[in-house]
Amino acid sequence: MNPFTYRRATTAPEAAAAAALPGHRLLGGGTNLVDLMRKGVEHPETLIDVTGFSQQIELTPGGGLLIGGAVRNSALAAHPQVRRDYPLLSRAVLTGASAQIRNMATVAGNVMQRTRCTYFADPAASRCNKRVPGSGCDAQGGFTRYHAILGGSSACIATHPSDMCVALAALDATLHLLGPDGPRALPLSEFHRLPGDTPHLETELRPGEIITGVELPPPLPAMRSAYRKVRDRASYAFALVSVGACITVENGHFAEIRLAFGGIAHRPWRATRAEAALRSGPATPEAVEAALKLEFAEARPLDGNAFKLPLARRSAAALLAQLIGETA
Amino acid sequence: MAMKPVTFTLNGLAKAAFTEDGQNLLDFLRRGVGDMAPKYGCGQGGCGACTVLLDGVPHLSCLTLAETVEGRRVDTASGLAGATISPLQEAFMDRFAAQCGYCTPGMLMAATALLAKNPRPNRDEVIEAISGNICRCTGYEPIIAAILDVAEGRVGA
Ligand SMILES: Cc1cc2nc3c(=O)[nH]c(=O)nc-3n(C[C@H](O)[C@H](O)[C@H](O)COP(=O)(O)OP(=O)(O)OC[C@H]3O[C@@H](n4cnc5c(N)ncnc54)[C@H](O)[C@@H]3O)c2cc1C
Ligand code: FES
Ligand code: FES
Repeated sequence: MNPFTYRRATTAPEAAAAAALPGHRLLGGGTNLVDLMRKGVEHPETLIDVTGFSQQIELTPGGGLLIGGAVRNSALAAHPQVRRDYPLLSRAVLTGASAQIRNMATVAGNVMQRTRCTYFADPAASRCNKRVPGSGCDAQGGFTRYHAILGGSSACIATHPSDMCVALAALDATLHLLGPDGPRALPLSEFHRLPGDTPHLETELRPGEIITGVELPPPLPAMRSAYRKVRDRASYAFALVSVGACITVENGHFAEIRLAFGGIAHRPWRATRAEAALRSGPATPEAVEAALKLEFAEARPLDGNAFKLPLARRSAAALLAQLIGETA
Repeated sequence: MAMKPVTFTLNGLAKAAFTEDGQNLLDFLRRGVGDMAPKYGCGQGGCGACTVLLDGVPHLSCLTLAETVEGRRVDTASGLAGATISPLQEAFMDRFAAQCGYCTPGMLMAATALLAKNPRPNRDEVIEAISGNICRCTGYEPIIAAILDVAEGRVGA
């Protein structure tokens, strides 16, 4: 690992100012960044510890929740209001990683964590357009079990690995950012980019910007929500496919539906086409089936991950059937 | 490379030692302080052999920077035994929950934190608490049994 210096920021503006300096990187729990530094993927010269502020979970005036960027994943999952009003978020976080890692990992670090593509994490032997733009992608034609079926490009088929972000997408969460031009807010679903031919540009975060928090809108009355994760073993594994959904049903029709997938794309995949097809329509298995077909019409599965297409559709159909059943 | 002093509490005793820029807590504890209980398994967060408690909460020392423990409380398996071994250690012996023993210090710390927070966990809660700790030898059942022995008062009551 290259030598680097470490210092603590005590306020968000101080951290944002430091983030703009060359060679500087923010450090949350370090569970992703320290690992990637040891693997020679990341080479910061200075680490700015941002775990000393933005640690609160507060009620917003509108009745939602504002979760500080440095809140630990374990604290988020255990928070009484999160468990009561946003159970899918609690569930999604608890399906991720291990107890030790959740104790360390922060909310902002989870949003910013990088792909688990093994070719990305292997500078010694693999080509990767994320690590070295223009060098090629060894995942194409390689081991693609954990790679994308939607939104990929010839330059990159990596997936975003977060469970938490799938729940946040289904909850319509908004990220709070602070940068040189002051604060701004961005929907989580618009924060992560698709790879195109610039897979090294992963998010909409601008130079010198930091994530200060995540805001959840107030829970909808009579909302039902759930998160389901399919993985190779029962714990301590990344999602092959995961799905999070929030619905409200009135008179047998979807009054609201929000659906998101994990493990299948370069970003937490908000299923906007399926949502549009279902909203205000009948909450039936047939309607759900048709909407999911539409959502995945442009899926491009590969040899190693063709199973994900039926798996994602079936997991979403089963989850929605369960939620519709709960509203009956 | 600059050396920096870190002062912290290790197993109840005040400690001060120098760390190099960028050193991780596992390396710092083993080479800098001489506490050999936490083990290096994978160095990437995947095995739990390096588990220590930071202010009572399980952390992976391989992914924690030594400088971040300034002023904090670190507990390792070295501190579990007093004049005699702890009930958890006794239960691990009774149940043959250690074979090669490489995972044991991490398992003990994950279990210690669980029992401190939840003195009477059920089997599922025990499994969840140690699911970040990999054991190549025992098949886990003896470890689960040992932790449940303590939780259910069969050892150390
Ligand atoms: C063995 C293992 C298994 C795992 N399994 C899962 C799993 O099943 N599901 C899952 O979802 N995750 C899993 N994870 C990933 C884990 O959730 C992430 O590593 C963690 O959430 C990252 O958070 P952190 O605070 O440690 O980030 P760090 O490693 O500290 O930082 C990650 C990135 O975020 C940036 N950053 C940190 N704070 C800010 C900020 N305030 N503003 C802007 N940028 C910031 C850093 O600069 C860095 O680029 C696993 C990790 C490991 C090691
Ligand atoms: S050595 Fe730390 S998790 Fe394996
Ligand atoms: S006893 Fe050998 S790894 Fe657990």
